[in-house]
Amino acid sequence: MIIFDHVSKTYDNGVKGLIDVNLTINDGEFISIIGLSGAGKSTLLRAINRLNEITEGEIVIDGKSITKANKKELRTIRRSIGLISQQFNLVKRSTVQKNVLSGRLGYYSTFKSVFGIFSKEDYELCNQVLEKVGLSNKLHERCDNLSGGQQQRVSIARTLFQQANIILADEPVSSLDPVTSQEIMEELRNINETMNKTVIVNIHSVELAKQFSTRIIALQDGKLVFDGAPDLLTNDVLTMIYKGDSFLKGSEK
Amino acid sequence: MKSKSILTNKLVISLLFIFLVWFCAYDIDWSKLAAFSWSGFGQTLAQLMKPDFTIFYDGSGEDILSLMVITVGIAFVGTTIGTILCIPFVLFASKNLWKGNTIIPAIGKFVLDILRAFPELVYAIIFIKVVGPGPFAGALAIGVHQIGMLGKLFTEEMELMDDVPVEACHAVGANGIQTMFYARIPQLLPIYASLVLNHFEIGVRSASTLGLVGAGGIGAVLVFAIQARRWGRVSMILLTVIATVFLLDVLTGIIRKKLR
Amino acid sequence: MKIKDTVHFQWYKSFFIVFIILVCFLASATLTEASFYEVFENLDQAVAFLEELSRPDFSYLPKLVDPMIKTLKMSALGSLIGVIFAIPVSFLATTVVTKNVIITQLFRLILNIVRTIPNLLLAALLVAILGIGDATGVVTIAIFTFGMVSQLIYETIETIDMAPIEAAESIGANKLQIAVWSVWPQVMLNVLSYFFYAFEINVRASVVLGYVGAGGIGVTLSNALGLFKYDRASLIIITIFIVVLIIDSLSEAIRRRIE
Repeated sequence: MIIFDHVSKTYDNGVKGLIDVNLTINDGEFISIIGLSGAGKSTLLRAINRLNEITEGEIVIDGKSITKANKKELRTIRRSIGLISQQFNLVKRSTVQKNVLSGRLGYYSTFKSVFGIFSKEDYELCNQVLEKVGLSNKLHERCDNLSGGQQQRVSIARTLFQQANIILADEPVSSLDPVTSQEIMEELRNINETMNKTVIVNIHSVELAKQFSTRIIALQDGKLVFDGAPDLLTNDVLTMIYKGDSFLKGSEK
Repeated sequence: MKSKSILTNKLVISLLFIFLVWFCAYDIDWSKLAAFSWSGFGQTLAQLMKPDFTIFYDGSGEDILSLMVITVGIAFVGTTIGTILCIPFVLFASKNLWKGNTIIPAIGKFVLDILRAFPELVYAIIFIKVVGPGPFAGALAIGVHQIGMLGKLFTEEMELMDDVPVEACHAVGANGIQTMFYARIPQLLPIYASLVLNHFEIGVRSASTLGLVGAGGIGAVLVFAIQARRWGRVSMILLTVIATVFLLDVLTGIIRKKLR
Repeated sequence: MKIKDTVHFQWYKSFFIVFIILVCFLASATLTEASFYEVFENLDQAVAFLEELSRPDFSYLPKLVDPMIKTLKMSALGSLIGVIFAIPVSFLATTVVTKNVIITQLFRLILNIVRTIPNLLLAALLVAILGIGDATGVVTIAIFTFGMVSQLIYETIETIDMAPIEAAESIGANKLQIAVWSVWPQVMLNVLSYFFYAFEINVRASVVLGYVGAGGIGVTLSNALGLFKYDRASLIIITIFIVVLIIDSLSEAIRRRIE
């Protein structure tokens, strides 16, 4: 369970990223965050694993405050949160295997990881998760030889390997074509349903958000303006969220 | 009207340019060039065209081949020293490794600037005092100079690096050293290797001049040959240097292509 | 668990590379009679030397002004002459203008050879042919600049927009006309920028050129070092350092404005 308690974020230059956000996310939910560019979607998502520091309020994950955590506690909390991002956040020159294995660096000592000493169980787990995303034949392939969709699958495999309970996906399909986007979203839903992991996705496409998520959150200028089931997201609400952008009215009809 | 003003503009710039060239040229002593005779140059050139192959290899260890090999050795040792020793400086000078702290990277960069400011020749003179004349002094001189050169380039690459994988490492709870080994080094290693190879080549060129002050290598023999005007020897030595640098250029080019 | 299933599946590759580097290093270290122990043992020598260097004799500064200005003049003149010669040759070193692979490769080979000669050796050679003096320095700088800038220019020419060239060809312009009217306007600003870049490098290089008698502030430095006047040598190096810094930032500002 993730609890946002009066969370605000003001950047150094005075710009408000988030304004008084209150939110409770239950285990096993599939949440899509929508809103215009610059509405604070990324800020909200990255506040959960504290890649972005918040300036006011507190975020509590499974009973532990990540806001007040010290360096060591932060590492421990972060181990259970996976991150997938638009740019696939992989080391392009490293192999698929090495990228996946790096998902559990938080569990290894500095010494062991520097020399690449991973346990037998982890190697087996790595093979399993790659099989799950359909890439078991690409174990020693370099990531820059893979297509965008395959790279995003490696990213997903890493969060699975990490055995994270929460998966954060920051615009996971923005640089993919529509067919691959559909496949990646299906993969995420599959993980959400079969493994009961919480999935939180930032997404531009309202259609994909409606199709896949169990709950939709909308942000506007850093404020939470909608929080509810996908069917409650009517055209009027969308017009409000997207400040009456005409292209949406057209596409929704 | 307008075209006229452009014309006067051009005239002013041309006059300014001519004045600048005259200012640079007027007090330089050109009499040496006036004394230059084409027939004398022709003779020199003719002698240069007949390289003295007998000195290329005679097994004495003082022949051109052995000296060239030593020159390459000087560059190799120097580049290795420079590469290893520049790493701590890079860690200090890279902005993105010191979140929020601007003073430490600034100091790091300043130290690298100073190291680069001294020419290798001056370092060679210093190290001849430390380890005595010989190739090792040359290697140390090239090494220290390359700390500055490679340090600067390494730092630039570190700062330009793609930060997304670094963030991904932090996000799974990796510490700084783990991030270094799993996100930064894999990205930087090929670039760094390519820079090192390039500087090895530059090092060979420098090493062939350091003999001038007694820091080993082929430079000393060349200068003696030039001073004695033994053009056959001079051309043989130059030929060897050019061929070696050319070969290394091709070789490092092949390796660099493989690194991509 | 087999090693081929782990991240070390290519261990032999890394092993091989490390092995090669190690062998080369050990061989080179033996060749150069490297003894790192000696470095630490005699480090006090270097410290003493640096100590002397760290006390620059500022009273000597007025006597440096003239040679420094001379050096700048020599570098500027040498760079200019080098660039002027580089322009036509670099045009010949691209197929864009010549449409002839053989001529292009021939000129590139010559330029490659010119570039491989270290500038200090070039200076030594020219001193022997032309005699000691500033003029020799200018010629050295010009040849060195020529080699360096030619390559930069022909690489630039290869990236230019081909449309104006095709347009000129279609109306029957000859090669010289194409070079002057279609190619030159596109690369003119780059050439200017390369001039400043070369000037910057040449001021740095002028320190060592004086060592073999090619004039400029290098002569003053080599005299100071020869007479063991390290306080003066240190002042000279500091002066050059500051001048180079100023020129660096100036030329960078100019080049940025040009681009």
